[in-house]
Amino acid sequence: MTAEIGHFSLILALVLSIFQGTIPLAGAALNRNQWVAVARPAARGQFLFVTIAFLSLIYAFLTSDFSVANVAQNSHTLKPILYKFAGVWGNHEGSMVLWVFILALFGLAVAEFGNGLPPTLHARVLAIQGLIGFAFLAFILFTSNPFLRLDPPPMEGNGLNPVLQDPGLAFHPPFLYLGYVGFSIAFSFAVAALIEGRVDPAWARWVRPWTLAAWCALTVGIALGSWWAYYELGWGGWWFWDPVENASFIPWLVGTALLHSSIVVEKRDALKSWTILLAILTFSMSLLGTFLVRSGILTSVHTFASDPERGVFILGLLVFVVGGSLTLYAIRAPMLKGGGLFAPISREGALVLNNLLLTTGAAVVLLGTLYPLILDAVGGGKISVGPPFFNATFVPLMVPVMLAPVVGAMLHWKRGDIGSVLGRLKIALSIALIGIVATGYFAENIKDLLAAGGIGIGVWLIFGSTVEISERISLFRGTFSNSLRRFARLPRSQLGMAIAHGALGIMVLGITASSAWRVENIQLMAPGDIASVSGYSLKFDGTKKIIGPNYQGERGTFIITKDGKKIGTLNPEKRRYPSANSETTEAGILTTISGDLYAVLGDERKNSAQGGSSWTARIYFNPLVAWIWIGAILMAAGGIISLTDRRHRIGPPKTARSPNKNNNKISSI
Amino acid sequence: MTRKKRRMNFILFGLVVLGIAAALVLNALEDKIVFFYSPSDIATKTEVAISQKIRVGGLVKKGTWEKPKTGLDHNFTITDLRHEISILYKGIVPDIFREGQGVVVLGKFQPDGKFRAEEVLAKHDEKYMPPEVAEALKKSGKWKPLKETK
Repeated sequence: MTAEIGHFSLILALVLSIFQGTIPLAGAALNRNQWVAVARPAARGQFLFVTIAFLSLIYAFLTSDFSVANVAQNSHTLKPILYKFAGVWGNHEGSMVLWVFILALFGLAVAEFGNGLPPTLHARVLAIQGLIGFAFLAFILFTSNPFLRLDPPPMEGNGLNPVLQDPGLAFHPPFLYLGYVGFSIAFSFAVAALIEGRVDPAWARWVRPWTLAAWCALTVGIALGSWWAYYELGWGGWWFWDPVENASFIPWLVGTALLHSSIVVEKRDALKSWTILLAILTFSMSLLGTFLVRSGILTSVHTFASDPERGVFILGLLVFVVGGSLTLYAIRAPMLKGGGLFAPISREGALVLNNLLLTTGAAVVLLGTLYPLILDAVGGGKISVGPPFFNATFVPLMVPVMLAPVVGAMLHWKRGDIGSVLGRLKIALSIALIGIVATGYFAENIKDLLAAGGIGIGVWLIFGSTVEISERISLFRGTFSNSLRRFARLPRSQLGMAIAHGALGIMVLGITASSAWRVENIQLMAPGDIASVSGYSLKFDGTKKIIGPNYQGERGTFIITKDGKKIGTLNPEKRRYPSANSETTEAGILTTISGDLYAVLGDERKNSAQGGSSWTARIYFNPLVAWIWIGAILMAAGGIISLTDRRHRIGPPKTARSPNKNNNKISSI
Repeated sequence: MTRKKRRMNFILFGLVVLGIAAALVLNALEDKIVFFYSPSDIATKTEVAISQKIRVGGLVKKGTWEKPKTGLDHNFTITDLRHEISILYKGIVPDIFREGQGVVVLGKFQPDGKFRAEEVLAKHDEKYMPPEVAEALKKSGKWKPLKETK
């Protein structure tokens, strides 16, 4: 019964989305207030029906209702409750329901918190959200219905792919979708603004919190995915430039650019049409990511089913959304008049640099992701584009992006003085140089020298951001209590920005050290054997049989000592899931500040001389690798702190400040 | 006038960035991408330089692989059921590596004609066949669709 309720709710939501997507648009165009007023209740109803559908599906999974085909194919009675729950979105149909649920949630949020918006803009934004909802609801109902029944129902389900049964991955999709779908708000605002023909600082102030929230969620989502790949896949790496990873990284890059360019619209009323374009591109890239991952073009754990009909549907949607919005952009964008002018060396200039490099970087990643698909489609042979390609193209483009933020944040608007800023940053500059020299001194090859540069960049970002904040609160230049008072009064957006930039530095240190100085040791070990890695000794203590809720396996024990002192144990596992007939490898990891010890069991060799079985084992030392995820989480935290800024809380002022039009001379410099 | 000039600066700078990116990409496309070949491709038409890193894929031929008793050296043959290549690999093979399984290996040919693999990939699922391998089998005319097990 619940499945039918869910199915019916989705149909109601679809019908409602037609109204939400059309009547308010017509009302805004024809000045009919009653039509405009349809938008808000429609968005509320949308949320209600989609929530009912989502809850029905969750109920079906939690109660293991195998008469629902989707549950039978993806769940199992023995599965732990968390994975029954997470199994709702561990499959294609369910993940699409999660997608529209989050879309409806954002729609509701705009409906409820959009009181300060001009009524027509508000209605138009909700209408565009309604149209996106319509497309995805139609996609679910016509190609991916999660509520189909099976008759007769099987006694037992097929189970979720065991590599997906993991806490990190249980929450990876919701965060990723919060990001993807959150960017739809920026998109809807952009399209609505194009229809209205007006973009001003107030518009940017409304869009920014949504973009920021989506960006934070996407950051966490990508970090969770990469963390999962690190400990679950057992290769010791955390990013493989796999197309499905790139599919989430491209929207992140364009979204980061959008986040920065909308500051310029807000503060200086400039870069308007560029920002609109970025808002369209960010959501388009989110859709492209969904298409790449869901269509079955790429084969991976994400590809639940490759049904060409679905691929064609999403491709059609993509063409319609991207084509339609870009056409609208081409027609309307020339109407947007540019505002404040600025010199190349200015805060705006730094943000433009950031934008151009980030979007170019995104384009390069997109090219590397699509090139093998295109080449294959035209019969040019099968190739793979892997880390060497991206290291040679994307990484160099990111170097200036990493150098600029600290300087950019301290430059004045309109016209800055780079010499004086560098002077104020001389402490950070010297520490970064010391970092480079200290690591470069021990360099044995070019890779080490490049790594020294990476360390310098990381240190520069961390200390540069620290200097920036200490200057703002006059640390060391007055009494400490005065500094504290200033700190308390510091705009949250300033603090959030400095934290995010410093967090980027922490991440750069982690990426640099773990890529350049990773130690790998593969050997056959009998119980009692000792492996040494980076000054640590790991004594293999044999394996024991384990029995989990829905798997059996072996758990190995490695006792770690350093300088004769025991500092911990590693327990890598090898699990066999009978219901899915597959095996997984669980890495044993000991995280320390200086790096991770990481052990994976390979295969068992019986009848060794020592009596017990020998195992092949892969042991890594990954220096500073945890800093990558600490950095990512801090970056998202910076975003959240910035979200709590007063000007987002109080709401935008009723009228936008008029841009200063008397500075035309500056740009001629 | 100045607005136009600013826009020109913006576009010029953008073009410079794009130019640099294009140069990086073209350079990387020369030597950073890896081609895939089937055993038949290698046997019949393709010239592969000894030093060139490539990927080859096929089924692990029955009776050519045994779990080594000691050490980490694996020897096996992959086949598309028409031609075959013998592979040397030192390391740990994936969990589901076994005879008859579709695998993809990354590495280089040695002067003696054997292929030394740096990486052996077999996906998580027994039912799963690497798409390259499926295609190679289709080309060699030996493709049998797997039975649906649901």
